[in-house]
Amino acid sequence: MSGYLEGVFVLLAINIILAYGAFLPLAAGQLNLGVAGFVAMGAYIAAYLTNVYAWTPIPAAIAASLLTAIIALIVGFPILRTRGIYLALATFAFGQVVQATILNLNVVGGAAGYPVQTFVGPALVGTVALIVVIAVILLFHTRLGISLTAVSDDEIAADMMGLSVRWLQTTAFTLGSAIAALGGALYAHHFSFVEAQNFGILASLYIVLYVLLGGTQTVYGPILGAAVFTLLPELLRGSASWRYVIFACLIIAVMVLRPQGVVTTGLLRRLFDIRRAGAAPQGRK
Amino acid sequence: MTMASPILELDCVSKNFGGLKVIDNLSFSVTPGERVALIGPNGAGKTTAFNLITDFYHVDSGRILLDGRDITAVPSRKRICHGIARTFQNIRLMSHLTVLENVMIGQSAHNASALAMLQPVNLLPGNRWRKQARKALDAAGLGQYALETTGALPYGIQKRIELVRALLSEPRILLLDEPAAGLNSSETEELRQQLIEVSRRGLTLIVVEHDMHFIGAFCQRVIVLNFGCKIAECSPHEAQADPQVREAYLGSDDELGQPHAA
Repeated sequence: MSGYLEGVFVLLAINIILAYGAFLPLAAGQLNLGVAGFVAMGAYIAAYLTNVYAWTPIPAAIAASLLTAIIALIVGFPILRTRGIYLALATFAFGQVVQATILNLNVVGGAAGYPVQTFVGPALVGTVALIVVIAVILLFHTRLGISLTAVSDDEIAADMMGLSVRWLQTTAFTLGSAIAALGGALYAHHFSFVEAQNFGILASLYIVLYVLLGGTQTVYGPILGAAVFTLLPELLRGSASWRYVIFACLIIAVMVLRPQGVVTTGLLRRLFDIRRAGAAPQGRK
Repeated sequence: MTMASPILELDCVSKNFGGLKVIDNLSFSVTPGERVALIGPNGAGKTTAFNLITDFYHVDSGRILLDGRDITAVPSRKRICHGIARTFQNIRLMSHLTVLENVMIGQSAHNASALAMLQPVNLLPGNRWRKQARKALDAAGLGQYALETTGALPYGIQKRIELVRALLSEPRILLLDEPAAGLNSSETEELRQQLIEVSRRGLTLIVVEHDMHFIGAFCQRVIVLNFGCKIAECSPHEAQADPQVREAYLGSDDELGQPHAA
């Protein structure tokens, strides 16, 4: 693999992980605009563990992910009392707090950024991304998965059926934050440098857009969204300085044509039906 | 009235919305296995009574007793664990789940623990809960829709799916909010058969319904509400003859046997 392709591959793998970090709360009906804050936490905690305590990257990434999950749980409990736009604002504010805190933490370089000594190669990043994808897909085949969808579809009916809406939303938020932190840890150790400026609201918006573009209804949407956002700007490189304009127009077009995201329950059903109809010509009843 | 101790009891329950008394000092009790209808004109407080029994709204005053135990403080999501399940007047199925997944949500009351949440109900066809849900759908004659999403299905089918979902919580008391509304006469008859079958298994059924033919053929007792107050409690047959009931509905002495629009 050429260096360029390798770089694109790693970016794709990390973006897919981050997309799932934003997807989990969205699947339960919550917009987390502070997701980049959790990515930053994962990146800095893991980097600190490998730099200062000479941990190997994998245990460091796992520890960073767990620690971030605990923080997300503590923060999530009060934050998730808010709803809709207020939840988005509260998570946004939390992301800003994380960013500002890191900028003032001289032990991890403050505004100057934090170099990371240990390196993680594309094979490992790709493997972790694959594990995350499989784990989330499996998760959405459990009772938890259908319960999360139930909560985002109709909170009141879900509650009446005995589901704890609060518990489910907090779980989704916490798991999502843990996944986002894992992605951050890999990012730090592959690119060998992290700076707080990269984990602002713009990063959060991008990650959330991966999911919204791909679709929040199915567990496969985030892969497509992350792939489009990572690969399309690369494919448009030929048109040099106009590429982001073209890219933005394409995104707007997709959002107009498919406001539910590209991959929807209906789309998967149709694909599945076509396959089934092909196998049995009489088709469905 | 039978002398058996009541399974459900409303004791002087009231509910206000702003200054409006929607339920005013309402008391009634239901014995195990009974089939009771709550009737009354639009706005009488029938659905509100259901909403209070399921804690969709919290009572302002009064008590709700289950098996003689006060459950007034039990929150909505726990009431189904105590055996009180319901269907909704405006169908509330989850539009992004398949029919099978929707009815599996009905099993949540018995699967609330974190460990139970991790059961791969949607991965292996042999999963115990999936099989149970599948069987319940088949028994209700809905097996063919198991893998469809609910949005595109006919209204009558959606109503029956909601019933299966409620039944899968293995309730002791089932509250049905206008189960026959929007159904044609053959669908209504199918529903009645299904409910008779359910009733035979010992379930207590409380029905809000406008269709007096359905009530007459199905319920043993009616409780008539008007402006949040109980104005009569008698057999369906007696209710149709009761001048006070007729007046509440019609304000005159037109015939009451007509099914009313939902």
